[in-house]
Amino acid sequence: MILAWLIIVLLGAGVLATVAARWSSALTRWISLAATLLDFSLIVFLWIRHAGHVTLGGSSAWLEQVDWIWISEFGIHFHLALDGLSLLLLALTFFLGVVSIVASWTEITESVGFFHLNVLWILAGITGVFLAVDLFLFYFAWELMLVPMYFLIALWGHERRIYAAIKFFLFTQLSGLLMLVAILALYFLHHQSTGTYTFEYGDLINTRLSSTAALWIMLGFFAAFAVKLPLFPFHTWLPDAHTEAPTAGSVILAGLLLKTGAYGMIRFVVPLFPGAAREFAPVAMVLGVIGIIYGAVMAFGQTDMKRLVAYTSVSHLGFVVLGVFSWNELALQGAVMTMLCHGISTGALFILTGAIQERIHTRELGRMSGLWATAPRLSGAGLYFALASLGLPGLGDFIGEFLVLLGTYRTHPVLAIAGSIGVLTATFYALRLVQRAFQGPNTHAWAIPDLLLREGVVIALMAGSLLWLGLNPQPVLRTFSPAMHALETVVQTHR
Amino acid sequence: MNAMDLLALLPLLLIAATSIVVMLAIALRRSHALAAGLTALGLCAAFASLFVAAPRTPRDVTPLLSIDLSALFYTGLILAGSIAVVFLCYGYFKSEENDHPEELYVLIAIATLGSVTLVSASHFASFFLGLEILSVSLYGLISYERELKISIEAGLKYLVLTAASASFLLFGMALVYFELGTMDFRNISAASAAPSVASGVIAIAVMLILVGIGFKLALVPFHMWTPDVYEGAPAPITAFVATVSKGAMFALLLRYFNQSGARNSSALLLVFSIIAVASMFAGNLLALLQNNVKRILAYSSIAHLGYLIVAFEAGGSMAGFAVAFYLVAYFATMLGAFGVVTVLSTSGNDLGDLASYRGLFWHRPIIASVFTVMLLSLAGIPLTAGFIGKFYVIAAGASVSMWLLVFTLVVTSAIGLFYYLRVLVALYSHAEEPITTSTPLRQGASLPLTWTLGALTGAVIAIGCYPSPILRLIQAMIIGPG
Repeated sequence: MILAWLIIVLLGAGVLATVAARWSSALTRWISLAATLLDFSLIVFLWIRHAGHVTLGGSSAWLEQVDWIWISEFGIHFHLALDGLSLLLLALTFFLGVVSIVASWTEITESVGFFHLNVLWILAGITGVFLAVDLFLFYFAWELMLVPMYFLIALWGHERRIYAAIKFFLFTQLSGLLMLVAILALYFLHHQSTGTYTFEYGDLINTRLSSTAALWIMLGFFAAFAVKLPLFPFHTWLPDAHTEAPTAGSVILAGLLLKTGAYGMIRFVVPLFPGAAREFAPVAMVLGVIGIIYGAVMAFGQTDMKRLVAYTSVSHLGFVVLGVFSWNELALQGAVMTMLCHGISTGALFILTGAIQERIHTRELGRMSGLWATAPRLSGAGLYFALASLGLPGLGDFIGEFLVLLGTYRTHPVLAIAGSIGVLTATFYALRLVQRAFQGPNTHAWAIPDLLLREGVVIALMAGSLLWLGLNPQPVLRTFSPAMHALETVVQTHR
Repeated sequence: MNAMDLLALLPLLLIAATSIVVMLAIALRRSHALAAGLTALGLCAAFASLFVAAPRTPRDVTPLLSIDLSALFYTGLILAGSIAVVFLCYGYFKSEENDHPEELYVLIAIATLGSVTLVSASHFASFFLGLEILSVSLYGLISYERELKISIEAGLKYLVLTAASASFLLFGMALVYFELGTMDFRNISAASAAPSVASGVIAIAVMLILVGIGFKLALVPFHMWTPDVYEGAPAPITAFVATVSKGAMFALLLRYFNQSGARNSSALLLVFSIIAVASMFAGNLLALLQNNVKRILAYSSIAHLGYLIVAFEAGGSMAGFAVAFYLVAYFATMLGAFGVVTVLSTSGNDLGDLASYRGLFWHRPIIASVFTVMLLSLAGIPLTAGFIGKFYVIAAGASVSMWLLVFTLVVTSAIGLFYYLRVLVALYSHAEEPITTSTPLRQGASLPLTWTLGALTGAVIAIGCYPSPILRLIQAMIIGPG
């Protein structure tokens, strides 16, 4: 039941916040903040409550479940379930939710109510994606997060927002429809072999498929997740959407929406179609490596600060694909770790970019230079997160990428070596960002206010959690490992 | 014909009575409210009489009409649609611009009668009778704004093309009768099995009938009239053409092709596949080029009928259910979308130009939100009826592995998103951009209009979130085609 509340709180608060905007936009902000904080504390409560049980590892990895009949005519259930993987990603979701609401406290002044409705409903959709174990419900939530995201970009975005929003929507919608067809194909094949109509993850996972059917259906799922992830060459929507979105939009896009793609790969693609996924793994991994290097090279060439950060996402998510398709314990742990840390570090970089843009009204690196002189706290934070992004040991991103490369090396040493080039190139773009924006002489004579208390607290929290993940990753890995073992058993039994 | 037959026919009788009563009432006293009220009342009574008729089914009333649960289901859908159109018309024609709005309701009642005849028809005679009752009253309805050139043009275009397609249809029927000696749908299948029958003649006849049906459904390549008629007709009448007349024809299509056994011909299925693919592509691609909301909706409806054909072709019990469900969702959504156009238009001055919708959200947030819901439903986005409908259609297609059609549907509906998004972008673009329109937005909507739109929005969202009641109703009412 508590899982359903996570979603209901967000949906309800969204409506409430819109209504409240008639009287006061401050009230709207506080309602939204309270809702995300409430959800965050609920998930922390669940984490603590299950901290003891997590390591036991029973027959079922689900820590919490809600299962209601929804549309009985099709065998559709409203079935939410939580395991360690979902728990970690939900914690990230609500954390970044709080962060993005605080970050847009002064940025958004037009139609504040509708803005917060969209933010909260995207978060609700993402929560649904991370919790749904009924494939219809999963698709439902998957689609649900698109519309508010579209509005977020199209209404509050920057110069080329309409173009970016439509591109984003078309890419994700078309690939999503392919997944719907794949889900339905699986549903009917399951009915053919067992005689029952069900969308239940736990049942469909046991469907016997011919290898051609499995490959085609897997490709349907893969298309949706690869576009969302985004995997090279399906990434072209990403730089536009990230660059044009308002700060909250960029944070949610980079921090959360991309993770839904990675989550889908871990939760659905490999467990549902282990054979096909193994056959397909080399292709996916090569694309991942290309993404790592391509993203880094493109990031190095950008002059728009936000676009630069956007391309780094392509690079970092390449590591996640590499980890997922290596499918061993180390690599998977690395992939999940990368997902969490990338969410935080990239989110922070987008917030800093947003803060700079709010102050000097440009994102062009060429117009910055020497900001350290006038805004040392902001610039220091920029350096910190740029270093996190390049994989400095001691910060979370390093753990993630290191584990991925280590895990991949066991199965595909060549790809691991190629991937590690990406770590090297990351140094170039991260340091270039720092040198261009913050260091050097203040040639444009910028005199801007430094980070405010509100921004400072958010940034400090994000910096602190990255450091915690980097120095003490054990609690996170422990939470994830029973879920991973459960997935692993499924995959093993069907090989 | 006995009392039982009359009770089963009660809905039809009540609709016919409504048109006469309204006509007499107008002769006695010209009052817009009275005419609209009587029509709504009569149609509601006809709707209520469905519950009287239901226990007496299935029953063949004369060889012409066969009243079964599935006919009653579509009758109910048509009546609900017509009632909504009556309310929309009342709001639309309320202003003083049109001096004689009362006769409109007589025509609506007659058109509804024709549609209901179509869904119960089991014989070529009743088929043609229903079709002509519907068409003739539609000529009047479409060019009701007789001072407007565009309205007259739309009416004439519809008249000429309908007449042409009706003659195709008649010729087809004549060929069938010539070859088989029967005009009853149920006897056609048995009669055409006889060895003496020339199958070539029957094939030609079926194609000719298909032309007539395809014209009314506005399937490609018989769709040419749609955008012009949609643009020229008054907005609530456009809603009627888009929903009631097409829904009735589709119900007839289902019945005819299932009862006559024509569905089993693989050549015919191929023709339907081509028509479906062409409709989906043409509808969605041509809509991209439009700058008028009514024309966009016209092309959108062409595409939607293409989706429906995909479900129709899947066959089996699932197809019947999917078509019925999709029609329910399509009715609610299209009526809602044209309802929004109606609210914003004044009689004789329809708000079509996309530019006049710019920034609507910022000064009319509620109407813009309703329009958003309708557009998202047309696009098939979750939380709306359109999503469940699209899901059902894709499921029907996937259940019999018609991958080509399913993929066409997927690709074209993604293309379709693009023009729905264009309208959405216009709705939400910021108000400081100049509104380049000469059309004044109607301020404030009348009460019946508001209620109707509210009910339609509620229906679209309720069906989208919890479709089970409708699904159960459909499964109880629709007899899956054999």
